[in-house]
Amino acid sequence: MSPFVILFASIFTNNMILSNFLGMCSFIAVSNEVKTSMSLGQAVTFVLTITTALNWIVYHQILVPLELEIYSFIVFIIVIAASVQLIEMIIDRYLPNLYYALGIFLPLITVNCAILGVSLFMVIREYQFIQSVVFGIGSGLGWLMAITVLAGIRQRIARNPIPEGLKGAGITIIITGLMALAFIGMSGIVNMS
Amino acid sequence: MATHKTKKVMLTGILTDNPVIRQILGICSALAVTNLMLNSLIMGIALTLVTAFSSLIISAIRTWVPKHIRMIVQTFIIASLVIVVDVLLKAYYNPMSQMLGPYVGLIITNCIIMGRAEAFAQNNPPLLSFMDGLANGIGYTIVLLMISFVRELLGFGSVFGINLLGANWTAWTLMIMPPGAFFMLGILIWINNSRKAEGGAK
Repeated sequence: MSPFVILFASIFTNNMILSNFLGMCSFIAVSNEVKTSMSLGQAVTFVLTITTALNWIVYHQILVPLELEIYSFIVFIIVIAASVQLIEMIIDRYLPNLYYALGIFLPLITVNCAILGVSLFMVIREYQFIQSVVFGIGSGLGWLMAITVLAGIRQRIARNPIPEGLKGAGITIIITGLMALAFIGMSGIVNMS
Repeated sequence: MATHKTKKVMLTGILTDNPVIRQILGICSALAVTNLMLNSLIMGIALTLVTAFSSLIISAIRTWVPKHIRMIVQTFIIASLVIVVDVLLKAYYNPMSQMLGPYVGLIITNCIIMGRAEAFAQNNPPLLSFMDGLANGIGYTIVLLMISFVRELLGFGSVFGINLLGANWTAWTLMIMPPGAFFMLGILIWINNSRKAEGGAK
């Protein structure tokens, strides 16, 4: 499968949130404001790209030759936690502006299930290295887009009369459902299964 | 006294503080696997086992683990348990393992388990923590089964693969696609919140 198709599919038709439900916790919790959502989305994209590449190398160059594939869960989690720590230290040292923008989100990202999910999908779908990196970037961008759109909608409806029981998480999930419905319209363009 | 406490812990986990619809935790998998009831049941059992045993182990070793590395230790324990579940599932029920795909591995990052470890197992004796993990797992399973019951019934016309609505039923495909999951969960949260609000007013 060509990397371009993977990129397009992972952003629009196989979006991490809207069709795979990954990274929902922070998606619901941190989507009150467009600005914060965009920062979190950028951080997720950044971390996803790096961890997917690292996990591909670790899985195919270390775990497969040693036949230790069943330990991939633990190894992936360690790689993700370690690289998030490392990224945090590096951007704190060299890119202070970026650190102020993303800083508080980086530790949260370790437990974002989209990060581990992308690595697991990469193994299950047997991607090559370039495909995996593109898949990581595309998934991150798709996540960024979905959370930004959701935050925009939530800001608009903040003062609308919403039934008492539906306020907060309830309406957010239903809006996400409507977004998912809209994105199904694009599913004919590319197919990745 | 002990049994009274256990009962209270069980009730809190299953009903009054249900992890999915009250605390909005662990909804990734609650949405992803609920297109079929069987998937939901297996996923629920897997998560219940992992939560119960991770709470038991974390609570048992809580006095020996230094505070600042406890997160890493907890993650290790949870990941090891998930590997056990994954291997068992692959060995004895491979088609289901294929169907659940990455969502078995994603039990590691399910916030319910870490949440219970931090909020309960860290400060309570092992057996009680085990019951608490069990209760939260059961609460999660019940919600999953409720969502998947509606989705499978409307989407395929069946329950646990047994056709109930007959051949004339036109499958409501939307229910088994992602939007159906979001709508069902949203409605369930709505119903639960309204019920709670009414109860509080009385």
